[in-house]
Amino acid sequence: MHWRIAPQIQARRMIDRKPLYLMTPALAWLTAFMVAPCLMILALAFFQRGIYGGIDYTFTLENIALVFDPLYANIFLKSAFIAGLSATIAVVIGYAAAFAITAAPAKRQAMLLFFAVLPFWSNYLVRTYAWIVMLNREGLIAGAAQWLGYDGELPKMLYTETAVVIGLVYNYLPFVILACYAPLSRLNPEIAEASRDLGGNGWTTFRRVILPMTVPGIATGFVFVFVLSIGNFVTPALLGGGQFQMIGNLVYAQFLTANDWPFGAALSMFLIAIMMGLLTLQTYASERASGARREE
Amino acid sequence: MRSIANPRLMLMILSAVFAFLYIPISVLFALSFNEGGLPTAWTGFSVKWYGALFRNSDIMGAALNTLVVAVISTALATILGTLLAVGVEIRRRKGRFLETIIFAPMIIPDIVLAIALLSFFSLLNVTLGLHTVILSHVVFNLAFVCSVVRSRLKTFDWSVVEASTDLGAPMVVTLWRVVLPVMMPAVIAGALLAFTLSLDEFIIAFFTAGAGRDSITLPMQIFAMIRFGVTPEINALAAIVMTLSVVILALSQRLNRGGLPGQ
Repeated sequence: MHWRIAPQIQARRMIDRKPLYLMTPALAWLTAFMVAPCLMILALAFFQRGIYGGIDYTFTLENIALVFDPLYANIFLKSAFIAGLSATIAVVIGYAAAFAITAAPAKRQAMLLFFAVLPFWSNYLVRTYAWIVMLNREGLIAGAAQWLGYDGELPKMLYTETAVVIGLVYNYLPFVILACYAPLSRLNPEIAEASRDLGGNGWTTFRRVILPMTVPGIATGFVFVFVLSIGNFVTPALLGGGQFQMIGNLVYAQFLTANDWPFGAALSMFLIAIMMGLLTLQTYASERASGARREE
Repeated sequence: MRSIANPRLMLMILSAVFAFLYIPISVLFALSFNEGGLPTAWTGFSVKWYGALFRNSDIMGAALNTLVVAVISTALATILGTLLAVGVEIRRRKGRFLETIIFAPMIIPDIVLAIALLSFFSLLNVTLGLHTVILSHVVFNLAFVCSVVRSRLKTFDWSVVEASTDLGAPMVVTLWRVVLPVMMPAVIAGALLAFTLSLDEFIIAFFTAGAGRDSITLPMQIFAMIRFGVTPEINALAAIVMTLSVVILALSQRLNRGGLPGQ
């Protein structure tokens, strides 16, 4: 194959001199409208809030300290709990679905996967709204209960934490299915047979062979749902009905209603730190897993 | 996985998951055609709520704004993203820093980019409006276009570029007449993806559009409406918006068999 690769490398070298003029416009755009604003947020966290809501350019660590104030630290913990719960549920359902898809005949798998992902392509607000329609007092679930002959008072479903968790799981489930499907579909079916031949029953084979080999998919799915949930402010606002706050809502309030930008910046800084930490961990987990596979 | 799977259990799981995924959406579609508009009783098929939608000037105005934002930001992002993709793929040395910068807009949480841009524009005294929404949307749109085009270029045979250069074509001509035609399906797929992302994007638009009534986009309008509860009009609007993005993305997927990024 050398004769094919060599000219390609040569060709790339010939035009290697000026790839910069191709990249400059986009990189300049990203620098101006992503890198600079994000760096500014970092800087903002260390300034004081002005008397009239503006920014007073005096260095302070107060905003950072305020994040650890029990009032706000609790909101962080609460958000982490909601995000963790949603991610766990999404991973359990998503993994089961991905497993069931890989167990389907090969011809049907692509179609099943397509329909599992399809809802993910539509508007997030609309998908969340669909759950308002389902859960409200005159909604479908209430109607179905009535139709089944249930007359008593139904528990409140919309504007609760449960509704927020349902909404988050619903919105991100397709991604988890995809993330788990990838490693499951790459597994060599002979591995399961080998485990069987060695005396493992179905459950043992799953728990001791298949599950450990598909950890990267689980990690990717979990981190994705967690990261997108912990900073989410749309779902808590719509399905939580402002009953309780998550970090996203808190950040939102600092910028659009309370007008305390430095504190909002400090909160976002922690939010970014949590997210980056998790994403790094996930990259590490999947690199380790692929490394382990190579050693085998 | 078939050897250890219990077929009946697998069927149950699939039925439950697909029911969970599709019942809420289907209910929404069905209700948008319900004459009475109430979720509790079916009073007959009607398209009157769709008609009401088109007579609602707030919604039509917001839809027009969204279209303006999506068209302009997609055009800019397609040009910038495609050039970036070619530039990155021509380089033989892959810089980790460069990769991070290009990848970042796709993974940065919307809320973070949204507040960063809001602070940025405000501190620079830029008046907020549709133009700031467009500037902001180009950021993530160009990253997605770039990613789609790059996946196409991964299998590109660069020796044809050498051939073209050998025959005396200047680099610009080679890019325009040799590289671009090969990339074209991916460029269109990327543009369609960017277009839907922009149509559906809410959080960044919400923060960077400013307070004026005349810079409200359709997702912002939908958000404002659904905070007040369920109306048959929103059901119709939701059904249209949902169908539109799914159709455009299916088209994009078809053009670009390599698959969408993140999927």
